[in-house]
Amino acid sequence: MSAPVLTRPASVEAATRRRVRGASRRRRVVLVLVLLVAAAFAVTLMAGRTYYPPGDVLRVILGEQVPGASFTVGRLRLPRAVLALIAGFSFGLAGVTFQTMLRNPLASPDIIGISSGASAAAAIAIVTLSLGEVQVSVLAIAAGLGVALLVYSLAFRGGVVGTRLILIGIGISAMLDSITSYVLSQAAEWDLQEAMRWLTGSLNGAAWDQVVPALAAAAVLTPLLLGQARNLTALQLGDDTASALGVRVERTRITVIVAAVGLIAFATAAAGPIAFVAFLSGPIAARIVGAGGSLLVPAGLVGSLLVLVADFTGQFAFGERYPVGVVTGVLGAPYLVHLIIRTNRAGGSL
Amino acid sequence: MTTHHRLTAEGLTLGYGDRTVVDSLDLAVPPGRITVIVGANACGKSTLLRSMSRLLAPRKGRVVLDGKEVHRLPAKELARTLGLLPQSPVAPEGITVSDLVGRGRHPHQSVFSRWNEKDDAAVAAALEATHTEPLAERAVDELSGGQRQRVWIAMALAQQTDLLLLDEPTTFLDASHQIEVLDLLTDLNRSRGTTIVMVLHDLNLAARYADHLIALAGGGLHASGTPAEVLTEETVRAVFDLDSRIIEDPVSGRPLMLPIGRHHILEPARRNTAATGGPQERSSAEPYQSDVSATPGSARK
Amino acid sequence: MTTLDTRTPPDAVTRRPVGARLLWLLLSVLALAAVMVASVAFGSRDVPWSDVVAAFGGSDDTLGQAAATKRIPRTVLAVVIGAALGLAGGVMQGVTRNPLADPGILGVNMGASLAVVTAVAFFGLTSPTSYIWVAIVGAALSALFVYTVGTLGRGGATPLKLALAGAATSAAFASLVSAVILPRNDIAGSFKLWQIGGVGGASFERIGQVAPFLAVGFAVCLLSARALNSLALGDELAAGLGERVAVARAVAALGAVLLCGAATAVAGPIGFVGLVVPHACRLLVGVDHRWLLPLSTVLGGVLLTAADVVGRIVARPSEIDVGIVTALIGAPFFIYIVRRQKVRAL
Repeated sequence: MSAPVLTRPASVEAATRRRVRGASRRRRVVLVLVLLVAAAFAVTLMAGRTYYPPGDVLRVILGEQVPGASFTVGRLRLPRAVLALIAGFSFGLAGVTFQTMLRNPLASPDIIGISSGASAAAAIAIVTLSLGEVQVSVLAIAAGLGVALLVYSLAFRGGVVGTRLILIGIGISAMLDSITSYVLSQAAEWDLQEAMRWLTGSLNGAAWDQVVPALAAAAVLTPLLLGQARNLTALQLGDDTASALGVRVERTRITVIVAAVGLIAFATAAAGPIAFVAFLSGPIAARIVGAGGSLLVPAGLVGSLLVLVADFTGQFAFGERYPVGVVTGVLGAPYLVHLIIRTNRAGGSL
Repeated sequence: MTTHHRLTAEGLTLGYGDRTVVDSLDLAVPPGRITVIVGANACGKSTLLRSMSRLLAPRKGRVVLDGKEVHRLPAKELARTLGLLPQSPVAPEGITVSDLVGRGRHPHQSVFSRWNEKDDAAVAAALEATHTEPLAERAVDELSGGQRQRVWIAMALAQQTDLLLLDEPTTFLDASHQIEVLDLLTDLNRSRGTTIVMVLHDLNLAARYADHLIALAGGGLHASGTPAEVLTEETVRAVFDLDSRIIEDPVSGRPLMLPIGRHHILEPARRNTAATGGPQERSSAEPYQSDVSATPGSARK
Repeated sequence: MTTLDTRTPPDAVTRRPVGARLLWLLLSVLALAAVMVASVAFGSRDVPWSDVVAAFGGSDDTLGQAAATKRIPRTVLAVVIGAALGLAGGVMQGVTRNPLADPGILGVNMGASLAVVTAVAFFGLTSPTSYIWVAIVGAALSALFVYTVGTLGRGGATPLKLALAGAATSAAFASLVSAVILPRNDIAGSFKLWQIGGVGGASFERIGQVAPFLAVGFAVCLLSARALNSLALGDELAAGLGERVAVARAVAALGAVLLCGAATAVAGPIGFVGLVVPHACRLLVGVDHRWLLPLSTVLGGVLLTAADVVGRIVARPSEIDVGIVTALIGAPFFIYIVRRQKVRAL
């Protein structure tokens, strides 16, 4: 070990102060996010065409029979809100994982084709093959991993370069979307609602048997990813530096890819590739928390919040009911353009 | 003083794809000293450095640290003894200096351990040693090239390794910042006994700052020893295919290399290299100066 | 070939004999004729050759002849749209000096789509002629927007920045198109056309409506060939050669936008034709735009018509929209180009 180094106590104190300030800010932000998500969740359960007071909602959740509320809240709103929560968290967490690992905000799974792959597989499984929820999820995760592997290996030419990976992902994405469009156009009539679900994501008709696989996947894969948080932040410094810091780069990458793709695939099989949530959550979380530490948990929470609010807005803010993916798409696209402009201006890593 | 570690390469053969870059190289890094590796473009300097820090697995042979093969050591254990600063490290957008330096603590932490006073002390010491404490709360993106390089060195220092490998730490820096960085590394070596191994492009800076100079040529070790032993007109010709004169550096007393090109020569008759071939034959050879302007990518190939 | 034409130095590097180029042009015209015949002959219904021949003569007495007759405007439309997109792609790649420029990738086609949908939904636009104007304006605005976004910052319009700006803009426009159309059941039926391009509903009347726009676009683009050759050397050098860089670029871009807008107005957004065709042509006749652009025009027609025929045959008894087929062919090609590029060029 290194010999003790004489450092002025004041410097150490300053370092401690900076670190504590950063950590306490993170804690505060995470707490606020949790509260916001909880509030959005509660509002989603209570409000709607009919209002149910918190007491009724609570009793339904605890399993009591409440006339009216049992059906509306228990069968319609609760699974929908839970799915929004899980899908948003999964997309946000997986998105920021990819962005961190590939060191580029644009390398999120919805831009490099992974969501499109899972979605195409799910659309084929449901629309063409009429499979059940479990098989759909399995196919979606296989397709997601397949696409991840394909994009990675196509981008690999003596090392993976971020820009090449993103461009290849855009190409693959275009192809997969056209397959999805074809599958949907073959399903009897062009059913717009169904098409929207697989092209931009929708929570319409969310039911418990869709929610359960996504919930189980999130419960298993989230701790796995959080365990890699420190390795991920080291990877941000470049493969060589991370390696010099003692990170097993390839092992970390594979673990993280499998876990993140799993999250994406299960969430997509249930709710479709909700547009831009994976892409947006990370940068928003970074804005709030600051670039210092790990963004995994904040990004997941931002994702949940985005989906809950967007779905509620889409259902009730306008005369028509819009699927959640259209709302996040309309919100997210300008942000994407803004991000490109900002990064270009700064001469950043694009 | 720090523990002195022995880092050696034994019969090391390295390459990418089907190209062999370094061929059965034997090398010992003198502990507690500053070792500088020099050589022409694409002679395997960076490759060698990458392999010594476990980034590149050898085709044949091995890199040994204190009797243990580097590529078999647990990653974090190695990272607590040996640090590497790559040629172009990446700073995440918007990260502050103190956060970036804190990242150097990675090998000292585990999934369950929390950041503690020792980590704070290491970060503070690293900031102080590199004179970057006033920058601690600035974003890395906003810094000048020289400041940024000092911050990266601070990150490597926070890792608290007894061995520090640096791949061209002075590239893209102007003259005064180059000296600043090299002085800083010398301070570290003198005050803490940190063993330093670095690749440098500038032969004269290499000769001035090295305790031990290693010249690579043709994938193998051409010469090693003190700068005075290694930096000779013969070595320069063999390694860089360049005629030169070596004089004593009036500032440091170390050898100073003066290249001889085809122009601007006062006494052509006195060129002691006339026998080795006419200037027109050498016209295809790469002059040393082009090294400096070469892009990092091409240098690494 | 001893005199060196200084205005087309790229040519001097990859000098190819005129004979070989003429041969390729001739072959591609023959290929065009072949796919046109195939397009009339093959479809979801089997038609005997005698009926096909009769249909070409204008007869529609039997069921088979009637089916073949219906395929004639569709074929013409496919050829025209393909030619327009192929040429527009070649011009865009020249104007932006960017190998990934394509009306679909740059979001130009989706911009035209959004403009039409918005006009129909909010301004009660019904006449097909005004569709075309609106589509052209939409295409021009989105082209301008994407190019501006992609050019910001260091290094100008690199392929990556441009492709990302295009992909982002496309995604944004696609979301907006959905948002505009979802609550409007009256036009939701035609939604598909504005998302996936196709040439299914062709008629000579609709072709006639866009014909003037396309004619102007073709003329402007083909006449820009010399200017594009100069631009290929970089703005400074082109200016040194006496080219008025800004004007030349604006005129050529306008021609390309005219072609994309008009094509999207009749056939919806069709991607990748403008990417694939000019690249293939470059392999055949080199980088001289005076050869590249005409060949791209012809081969664009060949590709889109062939894609349409394939889409009709593969999925019998139904059809695959040509926009889907071109994406399936074009995306792998796009990836091939990306893989071929040097890292630093991206």
